[in-house]
Amino acid sequence: MTVTRESLIDFIYDEVRMLDEGRYTEWLDLWLPDGHYWMPLDYQQKDPINETSLMYEDMFMLKLRVERLNGARTFSQKPKSRCHHVIQRPFVDEMDAEARRFVTTTFMHYVETRLDEQQLLAVTARHELALVEGRLRIANKRVDIVNCDAAFRNIQLLP
Amino acid sequence: MGRYDSPAALAALVQPHQVHRDIYTDPEVFQQEMKHLFANAWVFVGHESQTPNKGDYFSTHIGTQPVIQVRHSTGDIHVLLNRCPHKGTKIVIDRQGNTGKFFRCPYHAWSFKTDGCLLAIPLKKGYQNTGLEETDSGKGMRSVGDVKNYRGFIFARLADEGMSFEEFFGESLSSLDNMVDRSPAGRLEVVGPPLRYMHHCNWKMLVENQTDTCHPMVAHESSAGTAVKLYEELGLPEDAPKPPAMEIIAPFMSPYDFFEGMGIRTWPNGHGHTGVNHSIHSDYSAIPGYFEALCDSYGEEKAKAILDENRHNTVYFPNIMIKGPIQQLRVFIPIAADRTVVESYIYRLVDAPDELTARTAMYNRMINAPTSIVGHDDLEMYERAQEGLMVDGLEWVNIQRLIEEDEDFDVEAVENGTTERQMRNQFHAWVKFMNMGQKTEAAE
Repeated sequence: MTVTRESLIDFIYDEVRMLDEGRYTEWLDLWLPDGHYWMPLDYQQKDPINETSLMYEDMFMLKLRVERLNGARTFSQKPKSRCHHVIQRPFVDEMDAEARRFVTTTFMHYVETRLDEQQLLAVTARHELALVEGRLRIANKRVDIVNCDAAFRNIQLLP
Repeated sequence: MGRYDSPAALAALVQPHQVHRDIYTDPEVFQQEMKHLFANAWVFVGHESQTPNKGDYFSTHIGTQPVIQVRHSTGDIHVLLNRCPHKGTKIVIDRQGNTGKFFRCPYHAWSFKTDGCLLAIPLKKGYQNTGLEETDSGKGMRSVGDVKNYRGFIFARLADEGMSFEEFFGESLSSLDNMVDRSPAGRLEVVGPPLRYMHHCNWKMLVENQTDTCHPMVAHESSAGTAVKLYEELGLPEDAPKPPAMEIIAPFMSPYDFFEGMGIRTWPNGHGHTGVNHSIHSDYSAIPGYFEALCDSYGEEKAKAILDENRHNTVYFPNIMIKGPIQQLRVFIPIAADRTVVESYIYRLVDAPDELTARTAMYNRMINAPTSIVGHDDLEMYERAQEGLMVDGLEWVNIQRLIEEDEDFDVEAVENGTTERQMRNQFHAWVKFMNMGQKTEAAE
């Protein structure tokens, strides 16, 4: 395939729709095997390894997270949470067709709800995408929460 | 007259084998805790590395009291109440910063040295012959009753008089010692900001859970059990490196006999720890170069002794827990009877390999973040309990697992790792520090 700005933007829209509709098997299939989902704890954090993050998860952890959501004894998901993304048109920050590497930045409002509680997070998602075997894949994803220093309630699904 | 303004009424909430639900749910009991327990006990404030330079400050709470930890011009650390003595304005509202040589209130520019002493008031002649110096307002920012810097950890007692630091902690300081000794330099440094996690439950539920060894394999089956299942499905050879999640999360699925055998030790004044013999931290892989660095500092024998301790959770009454083997400290900050903020800090072992910090950071986010699949189920249990306790006619919470007749909490004891003795120890201390000083008032 030829990667265009529009195909990158469509990819981001499709991804959040998968998350909102709970299509996690499809979502995991978007990832390259050595990818990491990073949610920093500190504002403008640089180091995901030697400082605390909210999340810095490899594919094993992401699979575990997704598998757990459907477990018979996943007490914090009885009843289940639901989520909803509202996203702005993604910025295409880097387009390196030769290296087949692409970077986008997307501003989002993320809503997560369970029982009588609903929380709204304003987030910025930075996707590193790669063209592998003819389709776009997620190489890495970084999600910054604008109020990352606040005391949060449970965040159980994926912004 | 409230229901709980007498020492006798408060003491009646605690029986040897059970405690009354009002201890967790009643706003008046909570107010009494803030007024007495959190004033009489030595409470954790922060780490000295959060305020390394003169004028550096860090704002936090002791109970519900806003306080400032500040490095004074002489180099020692002071803990001041975060309130201008003039009109009550909080002097600092950011979590940390540097104030230079003095604090200056942003409302009327009263200024104070970093030990709290009044420095200057604009247009001071307006107070001439008014007797300002006789009032609390004229005496500067108020300090807490006493402060102790123990190997870099700052503790404070709000009350002017009371138990000494040494008597309050006694032998329990061995857990803090072990955490600090794990640095070849004998020094820790805070790493980044803490995780901050809001719980709609009473602060004591979180403290009790730190030595509750009968819940991991039940409440955390969905995370730890699923991790084990996924790992088995991978079919990796036995000697292949395990996914990090397996090293950190899977031990939560250890069977009951593992937790029974780990042992629990209790000390006087409500302190205690799990993992006397072994713990979920025992089987972490060795980091190249670390043992050698420890041997260089301490000699091989002491280095081995330091690493042979695998204490799991040490509770320092009233409201912190430390994990020595991974240099983590969690503080359970009470906000209301049904509101608690948990802050989870990690520390770097000065002069040790970075891989140790990486493992500590990994533990912190995998287990204690608001995004943690382990933390989610803990919070669920606490909040279900907070709501369930509203059931009338069934108003006691049971703490009698492995109880013995005439337990003496004023002596150190080591018991089976699934005993609830440490919870009973905390409530024994709870009554003691709630009523400390109250008897004097009653006699006056």
